[in-house]
Parts: sequence; C-alpha cells; structure tokens
Amino acid sequence: MSDDRPISGPEKDQAARTADDLKAAALAAAESVPVSVEPPTLFEVQEMELNFGPQHPSTHGVLRLVIRVDGEKILETKPDVGYLHRGTEKLFETETYPMGIPHTDRLDYVAAATNNHAFCLTIEKLLAVEIPRRAQLIRVILDELQRLSSHLVWLGTSGIDLGAVTPFWYAFREREQILDFFEEYCGARLTLNCMRIGGLPFDLTAGWVERLMEFVDDLPSRIDDYEQLLTDNRIWKKRTVGIGVISGQECIEWGVTGPVLRASGVEWDLRRAQPYECYDELDFAIPTRTNGDTYDRYVVRVQEMRQSVRIVKQCIDLLEPGDIRGKVPRVIKPIAEEVYASIESPKGELGFYCVSNGTNRPYRMHVRPPSFINLQALPRLAKGHLVSDLVALIGTIDIVLGEVDR
Amino acid sequence: MADETAPPPDAAPTPDAAAAPAAEPEAAAAPAAEPQPAAVLAAEPAPAAHKPPPPKKIEATDAGSHPWVQSMRTALPDAVVSAKEFAKQVTVVVRREKIADVARHLKDAEDFRYCVDVTAVDWRDRQPRFDVVYHFYSFSKNDRIRVKCGVADGEEVPSIAEVFLAANWSERETFDMFGIPFAGHPDLRRILTWDGFHGHPLRKDFPVEGIDTGAAVYPEEWPEGGGPAADDPNRKVVS
Repeated sequence: MSDDRPISGPEKDQAARTADDLKAAALAAAESVPVSVEPPTLFEVQEMELNFGPQHPSTHGVLRLVIRVDGEKILETKPDVGYLHRGTEKLFETETYPMGIPHTDRLDYVAAATNNHAFCLTIEKLLAVEIPRRAQLIRVILDELQRLSSHLVWLGTSGIDLGAVTPFWYAFREREQILDFFEEYCGARLTLNCMRIGGLPFDLTAGWVERLMEFVDDLPSRIDDYEQLLTDNRIWKKRTVGIGVISGQECIEWGVTGPVLRASGVEWDLRRAQPYECYDELDFAIPTRTNGDTYDRYVVRVQEMRQSVRIVKQCIDLLEPGDIRGKVPRVIKPIAEEVYASIESPKGELGFYCVSNGTNRPYRMHVRPPSFINLQALPRLAKGHLVSDLVALIGTIDIVLGEVDR
Repeated sequence: MADETAPPPDAAPTPDAAAAPAAEPEAAAAPAAEPQPAAVLAAEPAPAAHKPPPPKKIEATDAGSHPWVQSMRTALPDAVVSAKEFAKQVTVVVRREKIADVARHLKDAEDFRYCVDVTAVDWRDRQPRFDVVYHFYSFSKNDRIRVKCGVADGEEVPSIAEVFLAANWSERETFDMFGIPFAGHPDLRRILTWDGFHGHPLRKDFPVEGIDTGAAVYPEEWPEGGGPAADDPNRKVVS
C-alpha cells in the first residue's frame, strides 16, 4: 500500500535521480557494447517454492507439501509429514496387549476394523490360537463393511477435490448406513474397538444379519448410481485419465500396495496371496487395470466395492451359531519371540511387527502403515503435472494422516 | 508359560455358568467397559464352559539349512550370523556392515523385490544395543524374509535406500525414532518429529510422557516451537 503514495521531497529527487542514472547508464552501455539485447520471453522460467498445506482442504488432514513450481507446473514435491504424530508405537509398549487395540482405531481412523484385525492377528500368530469359525466370518464381514465405508469416504472426498460435489452426498448416505451397522454391533461408529485377541467382543444382535443382507442386496444399484455420475463423466475423465501414471514395476520399487498397485496391473491382494481368516474359501475377484493412472485407480476401487458386497453376502450365507472367542489365556503373555502379520486394508498392506519379551506388554510393536509408504511415491506421481492435479493425486493415493504419522 | 495360562473365569463347570447369558464371559474379559448393545443375541448360548486345552507349544527352530540362508552363505560367506524360523517366518541375523550387500543379494538372486518395512528394536542393556529389522517380500515365492542386524549406539548402518526406493522413508523414520544413522542415505532427516526435536522417542530411555522442551514457558530461552536453543550443546546431535 505504501508504494501508492505520491513521491515528494527528497525521496522524489532520489527516485528521479536513480531513474535518470539508470537511463544514462543503460544508454552508455548500449552505445559502448554493440549487443542486441533480446526482449525477455513471455514464457520465462520462474521457479517458485509454494507451501501446500498443512491446512488445505484437499490434504484430508494435516499434510504439508513444499512444492517447487514453474508457473502451474510442478517440478518437485517434498512431503512434510508428522503433524499428527502421537507416538502410538510408544504407547503400545506401555500397555498390555488387549489395551493396544483401541490405539489401533486411531491409526487409519476411517477404517478402524481392519486396524483392529491386523493387530489381533499379529498377537494371535504369536500365541498360536485358533479363531472359531463364526468369529472368522464376522471378522470378514466387518472388514469388508469397513472396506466399503473407507472406499465410500474416498469416493466422496476425492470427487469433491476435483469439483464433483454430487457423489459425496450419495457416498456418505451409504456410509452412514454402514456406520449404523457398526454402531449396532459394537456401540461405536468410527473408533470401533470391535475385535479382541482370539475373537470378537460381542455376538451379533438379533436382526442385524437380516438388515445387513437387505443393505448389501441394495448396494450394487447404489454403486451403479455413483458410476453413472463419474465413470463416463467427461470432466471426471479429463481430470483423471493419464494423471499420475505409475507402472507396476515402479509400484513394487516404491513399496506401493493396495488399489494403487492393482490399478497398475499387478494382481496382488493379501486376501488371495496369503489368505487369513476364511478368505481362501470365499469366491471373489481381484479387480485390476493396466494403465496405472488416477482413473484406473478409481475404477479399481469401485470394482473392489462390488467384490466386497459379494464377500459379505457369502459370509452371511455361511454364518452358523457358534463360539465367537478362541481359547486365549486371561492374561496374555506370549513367549519371547517376534512375529509379523499383515492384512489387506482398504489402503494396502497393513502390517504389525510385534516383539515380545515374555511379559504381558509388547516389548516393541511396529506398524507398517500402507498410507505412509504409498505417500512416498507422491513426488514421483506429481512430477510434471499441474498444481490442480496434485489435489487429484493426493486423493488417488487415499492417505489417512492418522496412519501416516501414527 | 504354563503358570500364566490361568483358567478363564468361566472355567468352573457350575450350573450357574451354563445358565448365564453367553455374552457375559466376553464382557468380563474385555479390557475396557464397552457400551453393550442390545442384549438379545442371535446365536444360541455357548455350550457349558469347560477347561481349555493346554496351548500348543510353539517355539523357534533353527533355519540354518533353509535354502535362502544357504544361498546367502554361499554368496556372502561371512555375512550370516544366525538364522531361525518361528511361525513359518524366517529370521536371518546378519553382520551390520553387510546389510546392503545382503539386501542386494536378496533382491537380485532370490527375487525379494518388495521391501516391506524397515524398523528397529531397542534392547537398552544389550550389546549391541539395537536391532535394525528389515522385512522383504518375494512375489514369485509368495513369502517373506526378516533380516536383522545388531547395531551399537552411534554406529552407522549402510543404507539400503539405493537398493530399495521404498526403504527411504522407513530408514528416515528409524533414524528419527531411534537415532540410528544410515550411511549413504540420500536424504537423512527427521520425518515424524520436527527438525530440531531433541531426542529419539522410541528409545527405551525416552520417557513416555515426553520431554519438556520448555517452548511455552521460557520463550526467550527456547526457540518457539520447541527444540534446543542456539547455544544448546546438544544442538549438533539432532538433525
């Protein structure tokens, strides 16, 4: 603002003198050196560093990216994570094994059931306990419901990121119903704490299965609705096709798993590769695409939702009355050993590495978070794209900052 | 182990136990009080409680004859220290200086192309103090291998970030949380805590409640946002 005021007094003289001096100097230079001074080109490279986040609606949390741009073009992306670091791994060490389960809810907070599952699976592997069949089936149902709800959150929010506001309302309508099922099962909607070492805390309430069957029968038609809004939408395709292409080989190099890997043509899903619970008995497909761009990742996730519906239906058909908890000791003290177990979470391979020293607390509990590792590939995906595509790319990796920062 | 497996509360076969609602033992064993949903249960009540069978005895076995270990011994004669197998998971302890060679060998010769994870364990009173733990996965074998190496406090570990791009952030995290430097890492900075943070949180001697950086209390003495002051003698050791 201060530059606008009229120049007067000594300042004026100074300004005039400076301008005159410069002019004279320029003239002298032009006369003495016969160089043709080229006018500056219109498209001069002007690099700039830009802060993207940590408070930005499209970062889905507190993710800061320092991007180096030339105009709109991204030259380099440097993710800066850790704003949500709560020391979860340290907390695991201070509490007994069952007390660790609620902490896992807060890792990937849009998919708490799968976190609980991976945590319990690790300790069950350490204890070598068997899970009753009914508990296995209910766990798979909860996992797949969680996958549906996580993908619905992804669908709605990444649509909004690209300006497609309508799918959000439909996606969150169905997610709300899924959360109602969780609430009826365990009393919580988001931080579920819905699994126990050796099985489950509760059996299903009366009528839950019937209502769930009604819901999943209806869901494919709802997924058709989302697809109608996006799949052939010209704007959606313009924003996603060919954006952030990554090959399957590179995905493996970067350790990227989950839908991102499968959209690059690698048919790898832990539910099929290393089946846990009763996934080996269930009939489901692993959707893959070959282009590895943002659009393909969208298609893969939508197809996965359809497969999840299939899995839930099969599990409901297989449900029989029975125990929901295996024979675990009241005080959990595994032998002093180490074990790693992982499951296919909605984001990719979610693993826990547990080191026991024979006491009732884990000596070391490490989380292998899919979001953290997948986010590592963001600079690779974003290079050469426009700033507005960066928003699409953060959405397409489907990160949850609670899991990135732990 | 045997003395720890105390019978669950429903072990005594009394008539009351059989008549009790099925959900009760589960609720009693839950660590935190849960809001119990409608008590109507779809399943029939659990059969009368009985004494659980003694848990299966599981223990680690030596994996020295495992083909992966054999191939590592052949290719890198003095790298392997020991090998064991537990819960169908092979763990190989290698020498610290050889870890990058081992990683490259596993990737090229044994087709472990996917570096799942890098982390560490602090054993505090043991020598060497830390274990750096690597997990690799092979798509063709559909199996994992765990490689560990012992590291004393302050010793450098050869970085495998050149071999596996995926190890880059995991090694940064290990450096941040344990203070284990990785030699040859392209960008070894803190990642989850902020630059200038003092200490390494996952070391066993770091207090759970955290340390007081004094940021809010003595703004003139401590820079805003925490971390050591300009004249702090520890300033050099943090990144």
